[in-house]
Amino acid sequence: MPETSAPARLSVRKTYKLFVGGAFPRSESGRTQLVDGDNVALASRKDARDAVGAARKVQPAWAGATAYNRGQVLYRVAEMLQGRRAEFVALGVPAAEVDAAVDRWVWYAGWADKIAQVHGGANPVAGPFFNLSAPEPTGVVAVIAPASFLGLVSVIAPAVVTGNTVVVVATTPQAAITLGEVLATSDVPGGVVNVLTGRPAEIAPWLASHDDVNALDLTGVDDPELAADLERAAAGSLKRVIRPTTTPLDFTGDPGLRPMTALLETKTVWHPKGF
Amino acid sequence: MTATSLPTGDLRSALHGLPGVDKVGVEARASMLATRSIKTTAKAQAIDLAIRMVDLTTLEGADTPGKVRALSAKALRPDPADPSCPPVAAVCVYPSMVGVAAPVLAGSGVHLASVATAFPSGQAPLDVKLADTRDAVAAGADEIDMVISRGAFLSGRYDQVFEEITAVKEAAGAAHLKVILETGELGTYDNVRRASWLAMLAGADFIKTSTGKVPVAATLPVTLVMLEAVRDFRARTGRQVGVKPAGGIRTTKDAIKYLVLINETAGPDWLDPAWFRFGASSLLNDLLMQRTKLTTGHYSGPDYFTLD
Repeated sequence: MPETSAPARLSVRKTYKLFVGGAFPRSESGRTQLVDGDNVALASRKDARDAVGAARKVQPAWAGATAYNRGQVLYRVAEMLQGRRAEFVALGVPAAEVDAAVDRWVWYAGWADKIAQVHGGANPVAGPFFNLSAPEPTGVVAVIAPASFLGLVSVIAPAVVTGNTVVVVATTPQAAITLGEVLATSDVPGGVVNVLTGRPAEIAPWLASHDDVNALDLTGVDDPELAADLERAAAGSLKRVIRPTTTPLDFTGDPGLRPMTALLETKTVWHPKGF
Repeated sequence: MTATSLPTGDLRSALHGLPGVDKVGVEARASMLATRSIKTTAKAQAIDLAIRMVDLTTLEGADTPGKVRALSAKALRPDPADPSCPPVAAVCVYPSMVGVAAPVLAGSGVHLASVATAFPSGQAPLDVKLADTRDAVAAGADEIDMVISRGAFLSGRYDQVFEEITAVKEAAGAAHLKVILETGELGTYDNVRRASWLAMLAGADFIKTSTGKVPVAATLPVTLVMLEAVRDFRARTGRQVGVKPAGGIRTTKDAIKYLVLINETAGPDWLDPAWFRFGASSLLNDLLMQRTKLTTGHYSGPDYFTLD
Protein backbone atom coordinates (compact mmCIF):
# COMPACT_ATOMS: atom_id res chain seq x y z
CA MET A 1 0.00 0.00 0.00
CA PRO A 2 1.41 3.36 -0.96
CA GLU A 3 2.15 5.74 1.84
CA THR A 4 -0.62 8.39 2.17
CA SER A 5 0.73 11.88 2.33
CA ALA A 6 -1.26 14.87 3.66
CA PRO A 7 -3.15 16.55 0.80
CA ALA A 8 -1.53 19.70 -0.51
CA ARG A 9 -3.08 22.71 1.24
CA LEU A 10 -4.90 25.15 -1.04
CA SER A 11 -3.57 28.64 -0.71
CA VAL A 12 -6.08 31.31 0.36
CA ARG A 13 -5.81 34.02 -2.22
CA LYS A 14 -6.68 37.52 -1.19
CA THR A 15 -8.89 39.93 -3.08
CA TYR A 16 -8.09 43.54 -2.24
CA LYS A 17 -11.39 45.39 -1.97
CA LEU A 18 -12.16 49.00 -1.11
CA PHE A 19 -12.27 50.43 2.42
CA VAL A 20 -15.42 52.55 2.79
CA GLY A 21 -17.31 53.39 5.97
CA GLY A 22 -15.32 50.89 8.03
CA ALA A 23 -16.22 47.99 5.72
CA PHE A 24 -14.45 46.38 2.79
CA PRO A 25 -16.93 46.39 -0.09
CA ARG A 26 -16.22 45.46 -3.68
CA SER A 27 -16.52 48.26 -6.19
CA GLU A 28 -20.15 49.11 -6.92
CA SER A 29 -19.22 48.75 -10.60
CA GLY A 30 -18.00 45.18 -10.06
CA ARG A 31 -14.72 46.09 -11.77
CA THR A 32 -11.38 44.70 -10.75
CA GLN A 33 -7.87 44.96 -12.10
CA LEU A 34 -4.84 42.75 -11.80
CA VAL A 35 -1.97 44.40 -9.93
CA ASP A 36 1.19 42.31 -9.44
CA GLY A 37 -0.85 39.13 -9.66
CA ASP A 38 -3.47 40.28 -7.14
CA ASN A 39 -7.12 40.94 -7.85
CA VAL A 40 -7.79 44.52 -6.83
CA ALA A 41 -11.07 46.46 -6.86
CA LEU A 42 -11.22 49.30 -9.37
CA ALA A 43 -13.31 52.06 -7.82
CA SER A 44 -15.91 54.02 -9.78
CA ARG A 45 -17.41 57.47 -9.28
CA LYS A 46 -20.27 55.95 -7.32
CA ASP A 47 -17.81 54.40 -4.89
CA ALA A 48 -16.36 57.89 -4.49
CA ARG A 49 -19.86 59.24 -3.83
CA ASP A 50 -20.52 56.54 -1.21
CA ALA A 51 -17.16 57.21 0.42
CA VAL A 52 -17.92 60.93 0.69
CA GLY A 53 -21.28 60.04 2.24
CA ALA A 54 -19.57 57.81 4.80
CA ALA A 55 -16.94 60.44 5.54
CA ARG A 56 -19.57 63.16 5.96
CA LYS A 57 -21.72 61.04 8.24
CA VAL A 58 -19.00 60.40 10.79
CA GLN A 59 -17.20 63.75 10.55
CA PRO A 60 -19.12 65.62 13.30
CA ALA A 61 -18.62 62.75 15.75
CA TRP A 62 -14.90 62.46 14.92
CA ALA A 63 -14.35 66.21 15.21
CA GLY A 64 -16.43 66.18 18.41
CA ALA A 65 -14.28 63.51 20.05
CA THR A 66 -11.78 65.02 22.46
CA ALA A 67 -8.35 65.77 21.05
CA TYR A 68 -6.91 63.44 23.67
CA ASN A 69 -9.14 60.63 22.40
CA ARG A 70 -8.13 61.22 18.77
CA GLY A 71 -4.49 61.12 19.85
CA GLN A 72 -5.06 57.79 21.59
CA VAL A 73 -6.72 56.39 18.48
CA LEU A 74 -3.82 57.50 16.29
CA TYR A 75 -1.36 55.94 18.70
CA ARG A 76 -3.35 52.74 18.46
CA VAL A 77 -2.94 52.89 14.66
CA ALA A 78 0.82 53.02 15.20
CA GLU A 79 0.59 49.97 17.47
CA MET A 80 -1.41 47.96 14.96
CA LEU A 81 0.84 49.02 12.08
CA GLN A 82 3.87 47.92 14.10
CA GLY A 83 2.23 44.50 14.53
CA ARG A 84 1.76 44.11 10.80
CA ARG A 85 5.24 45.25 9.89
CA ALA A 86 6.15 41.94 8.26
CA GLU A 87 3.04 42.01 6.09
CA PHE A 88 3.97 45.38 4.63
CA VAL A 89 7.54 44.26 4.07
CA ALA A 90 6.19 41.21 2.22
CA LEU A 91 4.18 43.60 0.01
CA GLY A 92 7.43 45.27 -1.01
CA VAL A 93 7.42 48.28 1.33
CA PRO A 94 10.99 48.78 2.61
CA ALA A 95 11.27 47.96 6.32
CA ALA A 96 12.74 51.38 7.08
CA GLU A 97 9.72 52.99 5.44
CA VAL A 98 7.25 50.97 7.55
CA ASP A 99 9.16 52.01 10.67
CA ALA A 100 9.10 55.63 9.55
CA ALA A 101 5.35 55.31 8.96
CA VAL A 102 4.84 53.95 12.49
CA ASP A 103 6.86 56.86 13.87
CA ARG A 104 4.79 59.28 11.80
CA TRP A 105 1.52 58.03 13.33
CA VAL A 106 3.05 58.43 16.80
CA TRP A 107 4.31 61.91 15.93
CA TYR A 108 0.86 63.06 14.76
CA ALA A 109 -0.80 61.28 17.70
CA GLY A 110 1.21 63.55 19.96
CA TRP A 111 0.07 66.65 18.09
CA ALA A 112 -3.63 65.87 18.56
CA ASP A 113 -4.01 67.83 21.81
CA LYS A 114 -1.22 70.33 21.17
CA ILE A 115 -1.99 71.79 17.75
CA ALA A 116 -4.73 74.03 19.16
CA GLN A 117 -2.25 75.59 21.60
CA VAL A 118 0.37 76.22 18.94
CA HIS A 119 -1.97 77.26 16.14
CA GLY A 120 -4.61 79.06 18.20
CA GLY A 121 -4.50 81.35 21.19
CA ALA A 122 -5.57 84.56 22.83
CA ASN A 123 -5.17 87.62 20.63
CA PRO A 124 -4.35 91.07 22.01
CA VAL A 125 -7.05 93.49 20.89
CA ALA A 126 -7.60 97.18 21.57
CA GLY A 127 -10.91 96.85 23.35
CA PRO A 128 -12.62 95.27 26.33
CA PHE A 129 -12.76 91.78 24.81
CA PHE A 130 -11.33 88.37 25.25
CA ASN A 131 -10.33 87.50 21.72
CA LEU A 132 -9.67 83.82 21.16
CA SER A 133 -8.71 81.95 18.01
CA ALA A 134 -9.18 78.20 17.82
CA PRO A 135 -8.43 75.92 14.89
CA GLU A 136 -11.27 73.72 13.67
CA PRO A 137 -11.23 70.90 11.11
CA THR A 138 -12.21 71.78 7.53
CA GLY A 139 -14.51 68.76 7.13
CA VAL A 140 -14.34 66.09 4.47
CA VAL A 141 -11.01 66.02 2.64
CA ALA A 142 -10.46 64.22 -0.66
CA VAL A 143 -6.85 63.09 -1.01
CA ILE A 144 -5.01 61.89 -4.07
CA ALA A 145 -2.29 59.94 -2.32
CA PRO A 146 1.37 59.71 -3.36
CA ALA A 147 2.64 56.31 -4.43
CA SER A 148 5.00 55.67 -1.51
CA PHE A 149 3.68 54.08 1.68
CA LEU A 150 5.22 56.75 3.90
CA GLY A 151 3.68 59.33 1.59
CA LEU A 152 0.26 57.70 2.02
CA VAL A 153 0.52 57.84 5.81
CA SER A 154 1.93 61.37 5.61
CA VAL A 155 -1.20 62.68 3.87
CA ILE A 156 -3.80 60.73 5.90
CA ALA A 157 -2.49 61.27 9.43
CA PRO A 158 -2.27 65.11 9.43
CA ALA A 159 -5.78 65.36 7.99
CA VAL A 160 -7.53 63.05 10.46
CA VAL A 161 -5.63 64.05 13.60
CA THR A 162 -7.40 67.41 13.76
CA GLY A 163 -10.89 65.98 13.17
CA ASN A 164 -11.20 65.89 9.39
CA THR A 165 -12.38 62.76 7.63
CA VAL A 166 -10.78 61.67 4.38
CA VAL A 167 -11.50 59.91 1.12
CA VAL A 168 -8.18 58.69 -0.24
CA VAL A 169 -7.56 57.68 -3.83
CA ALA A 170 -4.57 55.35 -3.71
CA THR A 171 -2.52 54.05 -6.60
CA THR A 172 -0.68 51.37 -4.59
CA PRO A 173 -3.68 49.15 -3.83
CA GLN A 174 -2.21 46.35 -1.74
CA ALA A 175 -0.37 48.59 0.72
CA ALA A 176 -3.27 51.06 0.89
CA ILE A 177 -5.92 48.43 1.58
CA THR A 178 -3.68 46.69 4.10
CA LEU A 179 -3.37 50.06 5.81
CA GLY A 180 -7.19 50.10 5.70
CA GLU A 181 -7.13 46.79 7.60
CA VAL A 182 -4.83 48.38 10.17
CA LEU A 183 -7.22 51.32 10.55
CA ALA A 184 -10.25 49.03 10.75
CA THR A 185 -8.73 47.23 13.74
CA SER A 186 -7.49 50.27 15.63
CA ASP A 187 -10.57 52.08 17.00
CA VAL A 188 -10.72 54.57 14.13
CA PRO A 189 -14.49 55.06 13.65
CA GLY A 190 -15.73 53.65 10.33
CA GLY A 191 -15.79 56.35 7.66
CA VAL A 192 -13.01 58.55 9.12
CA VAL A 193 -10.62 57.13 6.54
CA ASN A 194 -11.98 55.71 3.29
CA VAL A 195 -9.63 54.18 0.75
CA LEU A 196 -10.49 53.87 -2.92
CA THR A 197 -8.14 52.05 -5.23
CA GLY A 198 -8.37 52.99 -8.86
CA ARG A 199 -7.42 55.55 -11.47
CA PRO A 200 -7.08 59.09 -10.09
CA ALA A 201 -7.86 60.55 -13.52
CA GLU A 202 -11.23 58.79 -13.43
CA ILE A 203 -12.31 59.31 -9.81
CA ALA A 204 -10.60 62.54 -8.76
CA PRO A 205 -12.70 64.88 -10.98
CA TRP A 206 -15.87 63.64 -9.24
CA LEU A 207 -14.33 64.31 -5.85
CA ALA A 208 -12.98 67.69 -6.92
CA SER A 209 -16.40 68.88 -8.12
CA HIS A 210 -18.37 67.25 -5.27
CA ASP A 211 -20.17 69.99 -3.32
CA ASP A 212 -19.97 68.00 -0.08
CA VAL A 213 -16.16 67.77 -0.09
CA ASN A 214 -14.48 70.66 1.74
CA ALA A 215 -10.84 70.29 0.77
CA LEU A 216 -8.77 68.61 -1.89
CA ASP A 217 -5.22 67.38 -1.37
CA LEU A 218 -3.49 66.87 -4.71
CA THR A 219 -0.11 65.81 -3.29
CA GLY A 220 -0.11 62.57 -5.28
CA VAL A 221 -1.07 64.01 -8.65
CA ASP A 222 1.85 63.68 -11.07
CA ASP A 223 0.20 65.13 -14.14
CA PRO A 224 0.26 68.98 -13.94
CA GLU A 225 -2.60 69.24 -16.44
CA LEU A 226 -4.82 66.96 -14.33
CA ALA A 227 -3.87 68.94 -11.22
CA ALA A 228 -4.90 72.18 -12.91
CA ASP A 229 -8.21 70.67 -14.06
CA LEU A 230 -8.94 69.38 -10.57
CA GLU A 231 -8.14 72.74 -9.03
CA ARG A 232 -10.54 74.42 -11.47
CA ALA A 233 -13.27 71.88 -10.65
CA ALA A 234 -12.69 72.44 -6.93
CA ALA A 235 -13.17 76.19 -7.34
CA GLY A 236 -16.89 75.67 -8.01
CA SER A 237 -17.50 75.03 -4.34
CA LEU A 238 -14.59 77.07 -2.96
CA LYS A 239 -12.64 74.10 -1.66
CA ARG A 240 -9.27 74.39 -0.05
CA VAL A 241 -6.75 72.90 -2.45
CA ILE A 242 -3.28 71.60 -1.58
CA ARG A 243 -1.29 71.80 -4.80
CA PRO A 244 1.20 69.13 -5.77
CA THR A 245 4.83 70.19 -5.56
CA THR A 246 6.83 70.53 -8.76
CA THR A 247 9.72 68.47 -7.36
CA PRO A 248 9.01 65.06 -5.78
CA LEU A 249 8.46 65.40 -2.04
CA ASP A 250 10.82 63.77 0.44
CA PHE A 251 8.55 62.36 3.12
CA THR A 252 11.36 61.17 5.36
CA GLY A 253 12.11 64.64 6.72
CA ASP A 254 10.29 66.55 9.46
CA PRO A 255 6.84 67.30 8.04
CA GLY A 256 6.38 70.46 10.10
CA LEU A 257 2.95 71.79 11.01
CA ARG A 258 1.91 72.80 7.52
CA PRO A 259 0.20 69.48 6.59
CA MET A 260 -2.08 69.90 9.61
CA THR A 261 -2.67 73.64 9.45
CA ALA A 262 -3.49 73.49 5.74
CA LEU A 263 -6.65 71.60 6.66
CA LEU A 264 -7.77 73.77 9.57
CA GLU A 265 -10.11 76.74 9.72
CA THR A 266 -9.55 79.36 12.37
CA LYS A 267 -12.54 80.35 14.43
CA THR A 268 -12.14 83.60 16.31
CA VAL A 269 -14.46 84.52 19.16
CA TRP A 270 -14.87 88.00 20.61
CA HIS A 271 -16.12 87.89 24.17
CA PRO A 272 -16.92 91.09 26.10
CA LYS A 273 -15.09 91.52 29.37
CA GLY A 274 -14.86 94.05 32.14
CA PHE A 275 -18.51 94.26 33.15
CA MET B 1 -70.90 45.75 -10.38
CA THR B 2 -71.80 49.30 -9.49
CA ALA B 3 -71.08 51.21 -6.35
CA THR B 4 -74.60 50.70 -5.05
CA SER B 5 -74.41 46.94 -5.36
CA LEU B 6 -71.38 46.67 -3.08
CA PRO B 7 -72.40 44.88 0.09
CA THR B 8 -71.83 47.73 2.48
CA GLY B 9 -74.68 46.51 4.62
CA ASP B 10 -72.70 43.56 5.85
CA LEU B 11 -69.18 44.88 6.13
CA ARG B 12 -67.76 41.94 7.99
CA SER B 13 -68.62 39.37 5.35
CA ALA B 14 -67.65 41.78 2.57
CA LEU B 15 -64.21 42.47 4.05
CA HIS B 16 -63.55 38.91 5.10
CA GLY B 17 -64.69 37.78 1.66
CA LEU B 18 -61.75 39.61 0.07
CA PRO B 19 -59.10 37.20 -1.20
CA GLY B 20 -56.18 36.71 1.16
CA VAL B 21 -52.81 38.29 0.41
CA ASP B 22 -49.96 35.98 -0.55
CA LYS B 23 -47.34 37.35 1.86
CA VAL B 24 -44.33 35.71 0.24
CA GLY B 25 -45.57 36.59 -3.24
CA VAL B 26 -46.24 40.25 -2.51
CA GLU B 27 -42.86 40.72 -0.81
CA ALA B 28 -41.04 38.97 -3.64
CA ARG B 29 -42.84 41.07 -6.24
CA ALA B 30 -42.12 44.30 -4.39
CA SER B 31 -38.43 43.50 -4.04
CA MET B 32 -38.23 42.38 -7.67
CA LEU B 33 -39.77 45.64 -8.88
CA ALA B 34 -37.33 47.53 -6.65
CA THR B 35 -34.43 46.34 -8.77
CA ARG B 36 -35.45 48.29 -11.88
CA SER B 37 -32.78 50.68 -13.03
CA ILE B 38 -34.07 54.16 -13.91
CA LYS B 39 -31.40 56.38 -15.46
CA THR B 40 -30.69 59.63 -17.32
CA THR B 41 -33.78 61.29 -18.86
CA ALA B 42 -36.18 58.82 -17.28
CA LYS B 43 -34.57 59.54 -13.93
CA ALA B 44 -34.89 63.28 -14.48
CA GLN B 45 -38.60 62.85 -15.24
CA ALA B 46 -39.05 60.59 -12.23
CA ILE B 47 -37.39 63.10 -9.92
CA ASP B 48 -39.57 65.98 -11.12
CA LEU B 49 -42.68 63.82 -10.80
CA ALA B 50 -41.65 62.74 -7.31
CA ILE B 51 -41.09 66.37 -6.27
CA ARG B 52 -44.58 67.22 -7.55
CA MET B 53 -45.94 64.33 -5.46
CA VAL B 54 -44.38 65.32 -2.15
CA ASP B 55 -46.61 66.27 0.76
CA LEU B 56 -44.02 68.33 2.58
CA THR B 57 -44.69 67.41 6.16
CA THR B 58 -43.86 68.75 9.57
CA LEU B 59 -45.68 67.08 12.45
CA GLU B 60 -43.59 67.78 15.50
CA GLY B 61 -44.50 69.01 18.93
CA ALA B 62 -41.77 71.61 18.39
CA ASP B 63 -43.36 73.13 15.24
CA THR B 64 -43.41 76.90 15.37
CA PRO B 65 -45.17 79.39 13.07
CA GLY B 66 -41.75 80.41 11.76
CA LYS B 67 -40.86 76.86 10.80
CA VAL B 68 -44.22 76.32 9.10
CA ARG B 69 -43.87 79.57 7.14
CA ALA B 70 -40.38 78.58 6.02
CA LEU B 71 -41.57 75.13 5.01
CA SER B 72 -44.48 76.64 3.06
CA ALA B 73 -42.10 78.95 1.21
CA LYS B 74 -39.94 75.95 0.40
CA ALA B 75 -43.01 74.10 -0.92
CA LEU B 76 -43.57 76.87 -3.47
CA ARG B 77 -39.93 77.10 -4.62
CA PRO B 78 -38.12 73.95 -3.49
CA ASP B 79 -34.90 74.93 -5.23
CA PRO B 80 -34.52 78.73 -5.21
CA ALA B 81 -31.48 78.41 -7.48
CA ASP B 82 -33.44 76.72 -10.24
CA PRO B 83 -36.76 78.18 -11.43
CA SER B 84 -37.46 75.07 -13.51
CA CYS B 85 -37.89 73.03 -10.33
CA PRO B 86 -41.61 72.31 -9.82
CA PRO B 87 -43.45 73.04 -6.55
CA VAL B 88 -44.49 70.19 -4.28
CA ALA B 89 -48.06 68.87 -4.07
CA ALA B 90 -48.97 70.02 -0.60
CA VAL B 91 -47.83 71.09 2.83
CA CYS B 92 -48.99 68.86 5.67
CA VAL B 93 -49.20 70.30 9.19
CA TYR B 94 -51.06 70.05 12.48
CA PRO B 95 -54.46 71.84 12.63
CA SER B 96 -53.05 74.62 14.83
CA MET B 97 -50.56 75.52 12.08
CA VAL B 98 -53.06 75.61 9.19
CA GLY B 99 -53.76 79.30 9.72
CA VAL B 100 -50.04 80.04 9.45
CA ALA B 101 -49.47 78.16 6.21
CA ALA B 102 -52.71 79.20 4.49
CA PRO B 103 -51.76 82.81 3.56
CA VAL B 104 -48.36 81.68 2.21
CA LEU B 105 -49.88 79.02 -0.02
CA ALA B 106 -53.05 80.88 -1.04
CA GLY B 107 -53.60 80.87 -4.80
CA SER B 108 -50.37 78.98 -5.51
CA GLY B 109 -51.91 75.63 -6.43
CA VAL B 110 -49.98 73.97 -3.60
CA HIS B 111 -52.52 72.25 -1.39
CA LEU B 112 -52.70 72.60 2.35
CA ALA B 113 -53.23 69.36 4.22
CA SER B 114 -53.94 69.07 7.90
CA VAL B 115 -53.89 65.98 10.04
CA ALA B 116 -57.01 65.72 12.17
CA THR B 117 -59.10 63.35 14.28
CA ALA B 118 -56.74 63.17 17.25
CA PHE B 119 -53.66 62.41 15.16
CA PRO B 120 -51.63 60.21 15.58
CA SER B 121 -53.41 57.80 17.95
CA GLY B 122 -57.01 58.44 16.96
CA GLN B 123 -57.98 57.69 20.54
CA ALA B 124 -60.53 60.43 21.15
CA PRO B 125 -64.34 60.66 21.20
CA LEU B 126 -65.99 61.12 17.80
CA ASP B 127 -67.28 64.62 18.50
CA VAL B 128 -63.74 65.76 19.35
CA LYS B 129 -62.49 64.27 16.07
CA LEU B 130 -65.23 65.98 14.10
CA ALA B 131 -64.56 69.33 15.77
CA ASP B 132 -60.85 68.87 15.01
CA THR B 133 -61.71 68.29 11.36
CA ARG B 134 -64.09 71.25 11.07
CA ASP B 135 -61.57 73.59 12.69
CA ALA B 136 -58.85 72.54 10.25
CA VAL B 137 -61.12 73.07 7.25
CA ALA B 138 -62.33 76.41 8.59
CA ALA B 139 -58.71 77.55 9.02
CA GLY B 140 -58.04 76.89 5.34
CA ALA B 141 -57.04 73.24 4.90
CA ASP B 142 -58.27 71.71 1.65
CA GLU B 143 -57.04 68.22 2.47
CA ILE B 144 -57.66 66.32 5.70
CA ASP B 145 -55.46 63.41 6.82
CA MET B 146 -57.53 61.43 9.31
CA VAL B 147 -56.49 58.38 11.32
CA ILE B 148 -58.76 55.37 11.71
CA SER B 149 -59.41 53.87 15.12
CA ARG B 150 -57.05 50.93 14.95
CA GLY B 151 -58.44 49.66 18.24
CA ALA B 152 -61.92 49.43 16.76
CA PHE B 153 -60.64 47.93 13.50
CA LEU B 154 -58.50 45.29 15.18
CA SER B 155 -61.32 44.23 17.48
CA GLY B 156 -63.59 43.75 14.47
CA ARG B 157 -65.86 46.76 14.97
CA TYR B 158 -65.77 47.61 11.27
CA ASP B 159 -69.10 49.43 11.35
CA GLN B 160 -67.72 51.87 13.90
CA VAL B 161 -64.66 52.62 11.74
CA PHE B 162 -66.90 52.96 8.68
CA GLU B 163 -69.23 55.38 10.43
CA GLU B 164 -66.34 57.43 11.74
CA ILE B 165 -64.90 57.83 8.26
CA THR B 166 -68.26 58.82 6.78
CA ALA B 167 -68.79 61.30 9.60
CA VAL B 168 -65.36 62.85 9.14
CA LYS B 169 -65.92 62.93 5.37
CA GLU B 170 -69.09 64.89 5.96
CA ALA B 171 -67.36 67.23 8.41
CA ALA B 172 -64.51 67.78 5.95
CA GLY B 173 -67.01 68.94 3.30
CA ALA B 174 -65.23 69.83 0.08
CA ALA B 175 -61.77 69.04 1.49
CA HIS B 176 -60.09 65.91 0.19
CA LEU B 177 -60.12 63.13 2.75
CA LYS B 178 -57.02 60.98 3.21
CA VAL B 179 -57.53 58.04 5.51
CA ILE B 180 -54.46 56.87 7.45
CA LEU B 181 -54.61 53.12 8.02
CA GLU B 182 -51.42 52.99 10.17
CA THR B 183 -50.41 49.75 8.51
CA GLY B 184 -47.57 49.25 11.00
CA GLU B 185 -50.20 48.57 13.64
CA LEU B 186 -52.49 46.39 11.52
CA GLY B 187 -50.24 43.35 11.69
CA THR B 188 -51.06 41.52 8.46
CA TYR B 189 -51.36 42.24 4.76
CA ASP B 190 -54.90 40.83 4.90
CA ASN B 191 -55.76 43.54 7.41
CA VAL B 192 -54.16 46.17 5.17
CA ARG B 193 -56.33 45.01 2.27
CA ARG B 194 -59.46 45.00 4.44
CA ALA B 195 -58.73 48.42 5.91
CA SER B 196 -58.09 49.81 2.40
CA TRP B 197 -61.45 48.55 1.16
CA LEU B 198 -63.20 49.71 4.31
CA ALA B 199 -61.80 53.23 3.90
CA MET B 200 -62.63 53.36 0.19
CA LEU B 201 -66.19 52.09 0.75
CA ALA B 202 -66.65 54.75 3.41
CA GLY B 203 -65.71 57.47 0.92
CA ALA B 204 -61.97 58.07 1.30
CA ASP B 205 -60.37 60.09 -1.50
CA PHE B 206 -56.92 58.79 -0.57
CA ILE B 207 -55.67 55.90 1.51
CA LYS B 208 -52.46 56.58 3.40
CA THR B 209 -50.14 54.07 5.01
CA SER B 210 -48.88 55.65 8.18
CA THR B 211 -48.71 58.51 10.60
CA GLY B 212 -44.93 58.31 10.69
CA LYS B 213 -45.18 58.07 14.47
CA VAL B 214 -44.82 54.30 14.89
CA PRO B 215 -41.63 52.31 14.21
CA VAL B 216 -42.94 50.56 11.08
CA ALA B 217 -43.99 53.12 8.47
CA ALA B 218 -44.51 52.82 4.72
CA THR B 219 -42.98 49.76 3.07
CA LEU B 220 -43.04 48.68 -0.56
CA PRO B 221 -45.12 45.48 -0.01
CA VAL B 222 -47.77 47.34 2.00
CA THR B 223 -48.00 50.00 -0.70
CA LEU B 224 -48.27 47.25 -3.30
CA VAL B 225 -51.26 45.76 -1.46
CA MET B 226 -52.88 49.20 -1.26
CA LEU B 227 -52.24 49.92 -4.94
CA GLU B 228 -53.90 46.61 -5.82
CA ALA B 229 -56.84 47.64 -3.66
CA VAL B 230 -57.36 50.99 -5.40
CA ARG B 231 -56.96 49.32 -8.80
CA ASP B 232 -59.58 46.66 -7.98
CA PHE B 233 -61.82 49.23 -6.37
CA ARG B 234 -61.85 51.35 -9.52
CA ALA B 235 -62.55 48.27 -11.64
CA ARG B 236 -65.57 47.47 -9.50
CA THR B 237 -67.00 50.89 -8.76
CA GLY B 238 -65.51 53.23 -11.34
CA ARG B 239 -64.26 55.57 -8.59
CA GLN B 240 -60.54 56.28 -8.46
CA VAL B 241 -58.87 56.58 -5.06
CA GLY B 242 -55.35 57.87 -4.42
CA VAL B 243 -52.56 56.29 -2.38
CA LYS B 244 -50.10 58.00 -0.05
CA PRO B 245 -47.20 56.15 1.52
CA ALA B 246 -45.77 58.16 4.41
CA GLY B 247 -42.85 57.80 6.76
CA GLY B 248 -39.46 56.27 6.14
CA ILE B 249 -39.11 57.36 2.49
CA ARG B 250 -35.90 59.37 2.55
CA THR B 251 -33.99 58.88 -0.66
CA THR B 252 -34.57 59.43 -4.35
CA LYS B 253 -33.87 55.75 -4.90
CA ASP B 254 -36.73 54.85 -2.53
CA ALA B 255 -39.10 57.28 -4.26
CA ILE B 256 -38.31 55.88 -7.70
CA LYS B 257 -39.03 52.36 -6.43
CA TYR B 258 -42.50 53.55 -5.48
CA LEU B 259 -43.03 55.12 -8.90
CA VAL B 260 -42.13 51.80 -10.54
CA LEU B 261 -44.53 50.06 -8.20
CA ILE B 262 -47.39 52.40 -9.19
CA ASN B 263 -46.76 51.95 -12.87
CA GLU B 264 -46.63 48.17 -12.63
CA THR B 265 -49.50 47.72 -10.16
CA ALA B 266 -52.20 50.36 -10.43
CA GLY B 267 -51.08 51.68 -13.80
CA PRO B 268 -49.92 55.01 -15.21
CA ASP B 269 -53.24 56.68 -14.32
CA TRP B 270 -51.93 56.91 -10.78
CA LEU B 271 -48.62 58.50 -11.82
CA ASP B 272 -50.02 61.92 -10.99
CA PRO B 273 -49.92 64.11 -7.88
CA ALA B 274 -53.73 63.98 -7.85
CA TRP B 275 -53.59 60.22 -7.23
CA PHE B 276 -50.30 59.52 -5.51
CA ARG B 277 -48.41 61.39 -2.81
CA PHE B 278 -45.33 60.90 -0.72
CA GLY B 279 -45.69 61.94 2.90
CA ALA B 280 -42.15 63.04 3.65
CA SER B 281 -39.87 65.78 4.88
CA SER B 282 -36.24 64.77 4.33
CA LEU B 283 -37.05 63.13 0.97
CA LEU B 284 -37.40 66.51 -0.73
CA ASN B 285 -33.78 67.52 -0.03
CA ASP B 286 -32.48 64.26 -1.44
CA LEU B 287 -34.63 64.71 -4.55
CA LEU B 288 -33.25 68.24 -4.95
CA MET B 289 -29.66 67.01 -4.54
CA GLN B 290 -30.18 64.34 -7.18
CA ARG B 291 -31.88 66.88 -9.44
CA THR B 292 -28.92 69.23 -9.03
CA LYS B 293 -26.55 66.37 -9.82
CA LEU B 294 -28.38 65.75 -13.10
CA THR B 295 -28.58 69.40 -14.12
CA THR B 296 -25.04 70.44 -13.12
CA GLY B 297 -23.18 67.19 -13.75
CA HIS B 298 -21.51 67.10 -10.33
CA TYR B 299 -22.51 65.79 -6.93
CA SER B 300 -24.33 68.15 -4.63
CA GLY B 301 -24.28 68.33 -0.86
CA PRO B 302 -26.74 68.90 1.97
CA ASP B 303 -25.10 72.23 2.83
CA TYR B 304 -26.71 73.74 -0.24
CA PHE B 305 -30.31 73.06 0.81
CA THR B 306 -32.37 74.31 3.72
CA LEU B 307 -32.56 72.34 6.92
CA ASP B 308 -36.12 71.59 7.87
